[in-house]
Amino acid sequence: MAIVFEKTKMLCDKPFHYCPGCTHGIIHRLVAEALDELNIGDTAIGVAPVGCAVFAYDYFNCDMMEAAHGRAPAVATGIKRVHPDKAVFTYQGDGDLASIGAAEIVHAATRGEKITVIFVNNAIYGMTGGQMAPTTLPGQVTTTSPYGRDVNHCGYPVKVSEMLSTLTGPAYIERVSVHDVPNIKKAKAAIKKAFQLQMEGKGFTMVEVISSCPTNWGMTPKEALEWVKSDMLPAYPLGVYKDVTTGGAE
Amino acid sequence: MEKQFLVAGFGGQGVLLIGQLIAKAAMRQGYEVSWMPAYGPEMRGGEANCAVVVSDEPIGSPLVSEPPVLVAMNKPSLVKFMPKMPKGGVLLYNATLIDGVELRTDIKVIPVHCNEIADQLQNARTSNMVMLGAIREATDVVTQENLIETLRDWLGEKKAAMLDINKQAIIEGEKVVKG
Amino acid sequence: MKKLMKGNEAIAEAAIQAGCRFFFGYPITPQNQIPEYMSKRMPQVGGCFLQSESEVAAINMVFGAGGAGARVMTSSSSPGISLKQEGISYIVGAEVPCVIVNMVRGGPGLGGIQPAQSDYYQATRGGGHGDYHMCVLAPSSVQEAVTLTQDAFDIADRYRNPVMIMGDGLIGQMMEPVDLDEASNRKPAPDLQEKKWAATGHVPTEDAPRAVINSLYIDPQVLENHCKHLQEKYDAIEAAECRWQEEQVEDAELVIVAYGTTSRIVRSAMRKCRALGIKVGMIRPITLWPFPEAAIRATIPTAEKYLCVEMSMGQMVDDVRLAVNGERPVEFYGRTGGMVPTVNEIVGKIKELTGYSEDILSQAGKLFNDAVNAVGAAFGDIGKKIDETVKSPEFAQKTETLKKQAEDTAAKAADGIAKGADALATGLNKAIDALKKQFDNNDKGGEQ
Repeated sequence: MAIVFEKTKMLCDKPFHYCPGCTHGIIHRLVAEALDELNIGDTAIGVAPVGCAVFAYDYFNCDMMEAAHGRAPAVATGIKRVHPDKAVFTYQGDGDLASIGAAEIVHAATRGEKITVIFVNNAIYGMTGGQMAPTTLPGQVTTTSPYGRDVNHCGYPVKVSEMLSTLTGPAYIERVSVHDVPNIKKAKAAIKKAFQLQMEGKGFTMVEVISSCPTNWGMTPKEALEWVKSDMLPAYPLGVYKDVTTGGAE
Repeated sequence: MEKQFLVAGFGGQGVLLIGQLIAKAAMRQGYEVSWMPAYGPEMRGGEANCAVVVSDEPIGSPLVSEPPVLVAMNKPSLVKFMPKMPKGGVLLYNATLIDGVELRTDIKVIPVHCNEIADQLQNARTSNMVMLGAIREATDVVTQENLIETLRDWLGEKKAAMLDINKQAIIEGEKVVKG
Repeated sequence: MKKLMKGNEAIAEAAIQAGCRFFFGYPITPQNQIPEYMSKRMPQVGGCFLQSESEVAAINMVFGAGGAGARVMTSSSSPGISLKQEGISYIVGAEVPCVIVNMVRGGPGLGGIQPAQSDYYQATRGGGHGDYHMCVLAPSSVQEAVTLTQDAFDIADRYRNPVMIMGDGLIGQMMEPVDLDEASNRKPAPDLQEKKWAATGHVPTEDAPRAVINSLYIDPQVLENHCKHLQEKYDAIEAAECRWQEEQVEDAELVIVAYGTTSRIVRSAMRKCRALGIKVGMIRPITLWPFPEAAIRATIPTAEKYLCVEMSMGQMVDDVRLAVNGERPVEFYGRTGGMVPTVNEIVGKIKELTGYSEDILSQAGKLFNDAVNAVGAAFGDIGKKIDETVKSPEFAQKTETLKKQAEDTAAKAADGIAKGADALATGLNKAIDALKKQFDNNDKGGEQ
C-alpha cells in the first residue's frame, strides 16, 4: 500500500496542544520539513519562547532550549556563538518578540546574528487568554481592549518586518501567511530559504508568519482564516522585505 | 614594617603612575603591596588619587584614610588631605603649583618644584618622576636601583629611549630631599 | 612570577585560564575592566566577547552558551545584577552552569558607584523568583579572586548551577601582586563529567539523548520533584563547598565576622587591638552561601560575643545570628552607600564591646588575672592527666612505679608552676611600679 502521508522525522511523536483551527501546527511542520529537507535537522538547536509555542521543545525533534519571555534571540546568540556551524533557530510569538523581547530581536538583527527567527504573528496573546498584543489591529477587541484597540490611547500595531528591514544586519526578512495552500507553500519556501542563508553565513534571517487564533478572536477556524485575508493582510502586507541575495526587497 | 602613601593631584599629572611605580618597585623588592585608586566621576572631574601600602606582612586594609606620607601634586589635594595626616607625617608637595596654603607645623614638609625641575630637564612630562625621586629619597621605601629597574620594565622596549630622561628626573627629585 | 594586577583584570584572566571562552556583558561601573579586558583577550585565545544590548540580554546569552556546553561568564555591578535576576532564575531552573561576577556598588536604585556589600541578601537568597540558591564566593584579595574565579567554573560544572563571585568596587579596582603561574592553563577538576546533557546540536544516542534545556514544569508534582532534586544539589553544595578562614579565634573573647574588603580592614583593626592585649579574632566567610555556620558555632564555647562588620545596613548579621542562635550576643557595625569603614572606627567598636579601658593599671590587672587563670588552667590539666594515668590499665599493672612517677611529675610540675607564678607576680609588680613611675613623670612633664 502506498504511503500518502508521513510525519516528518523532525517532529517528535507528541500530539500538539494547540487549539483546533490554530495554524501553529502547520508552521511547526513547515519548520520541521525545511530542516529535514536541508539536511540540517539532526544537528539543529532550537529555542522555544514563552507564549502558545512554549512547549515547542516537546515538538521539534532536535536539541532545544526554553528561553525566558522575549529572550530567545539572546539565548540563540549564546548558542550560535558556541556552535557557529549548527542551524540555530528561535520560534516566537508577537508578544514575545515584538513587545517584551523588542530589544533582543532588534539587536540580534542588527548584529547580523546568524540565526533564523520564526515570528508567528496572530495579533493577540493566545496563551494568557486573548489580551492585546503589540500587533493587535486598530479597533480589534481583546480582553484588555474590550472597546477595541484605541490608537489614541495605546498606539499602533508594530510592523516588525518593515522595521527590521531598515537595518543592515539582516540578510533575509519575509512575511508570509498560512491561511491557504498556495500561501503555505510560499511560507515553506521562505523558511527554507532563511535556513539556507543562515547556513551560508549571510546574516540574520527572519520569517514572519501571519497566523490565526480562532479561540481568542472568537471565530470559527474558517472565519478566522477569512479574517486573516480580509483584515490582517492589508495591515501586514506579505512579501520579501530584505534579501541580500537579490540586493533588497522584491 | 608598613608604609602607607596617599598620592593625589589632577588627572593627567601622573599621580596614579607614581603610586603604581612605588607599588611595583616594592613588589620587586619582595614586599607585600597594594595600590588602590579613587574611582568614579571624581576622576574625570579633575581629581585623582591612589593609596599605596607597602608591608613585610600581608596587607590588611588597602585604604589610607590618615596618610603618614601625603604626596600632593596640586592645591585641592593638599587642602583636602593635609588635615587628615597624623602628627609627624611626611608631606611632599608640588611647590610649582601650590602656594598660599598654611602648612601644618606638626608634620615634616618637603616642597618639590616638580614642574620647574622638569622644565629645566626640557621635558615637562617628567614632573611626576621628579616627585617620585623625592618620595624615594624621603621615605626610602625602595632602593634607587630597584626603582630605575621598575621604570625600565614599565617603559618596555617601545619607550626604552625615554628611560634616561625619566631616570634623570628621579635623580633630580632625590637631590631636592638630600638638599 | 608576580604581576601587579587590578582585581577586575585578574578575574578576567583567571577565567580565560580556566577555559572560559565566552563572555557577554554590558558596561557598568565599577566592573568595566572585566569586559574591556575580555574584549582584548578573547580574540587572542579564539574565544568570543560580545557586548550585549542590556544586562538582560547578556545573562540570556550566557544561558544559551552555557546550555550549549561552554564555559561562560558575565559580570556586572548591582543595578545590572538586578536586571540579570530573571535570567539567573531560569539558568538555575534549567540547571545550566555559568559564572556571574558582581562588583557590588551602593544601592538601592541607581545608588552610587562606590564599594558596598549591600547585595548580600540578593546573592545568598537566590535573588530571582523561585526556590533556589547560588554558590557565592567572596574574595578578599586579588590573588584570592583568581583562585575563586577558577574554582567557580568547577563548582558551576559540578552542580550544573550558576556560581557568583561577589566582590566590591575595591576588590575590582585594587592592584595587588598576583602569581598566575599556578592559575595558568588550569584544567577542569578531575571529577567533572563530559557535558552530555548540553544542547550541542547532536544526534541523540542512548548515552546522550535529545537535549531539552528547560525550566518549565507545568505539572505541580513534577515541579515539586524538580525542586527537591535542586534541593539535593544545594545540600551537597553545603556539605562540600563551604569555605571560610579563621584568624586568632582560639582565645578570642570577641569574634568578628566579616568578608571581602571589609575583612581586610577588620584585620588591620585586629592587629591594633591585639597589640593592646584585646582578645579579638575573625571568621571570614569565603563562601557567603553556603554560609560557614558550623565554623561560627564551633567558637561559641570560647567567644563571649560576636561582631559582624559589613558595608551595608546589616545583612550577613542575620546569618551570624541564625548560627549563634541566641547563645551569645551578636553586635553589628556597618557603613553603607559606598562609605567604607575605617580601621579606627572598627578599633573603637572592638574596644567598646570588649570593655577595653585605656587605663594602664586596669590593663595590668587584667593581664595578671589572665596569668592567674592560665596557671589555674595548667593545674587543671595536670590533675586531668594524673586522673587519666590512674584510670589506665597499665596503672593497675605497674601501680607502684607509675604512682611514684606520677607523684614526682606532679610535684615537679606544681613546683615549676608555683615558681612561674611567683616570677610572673614579681614581673607584674615591677611593671606596675615602672608604669606608676612613668605616670608620675608624665604628670610632672605636664606641669612644666
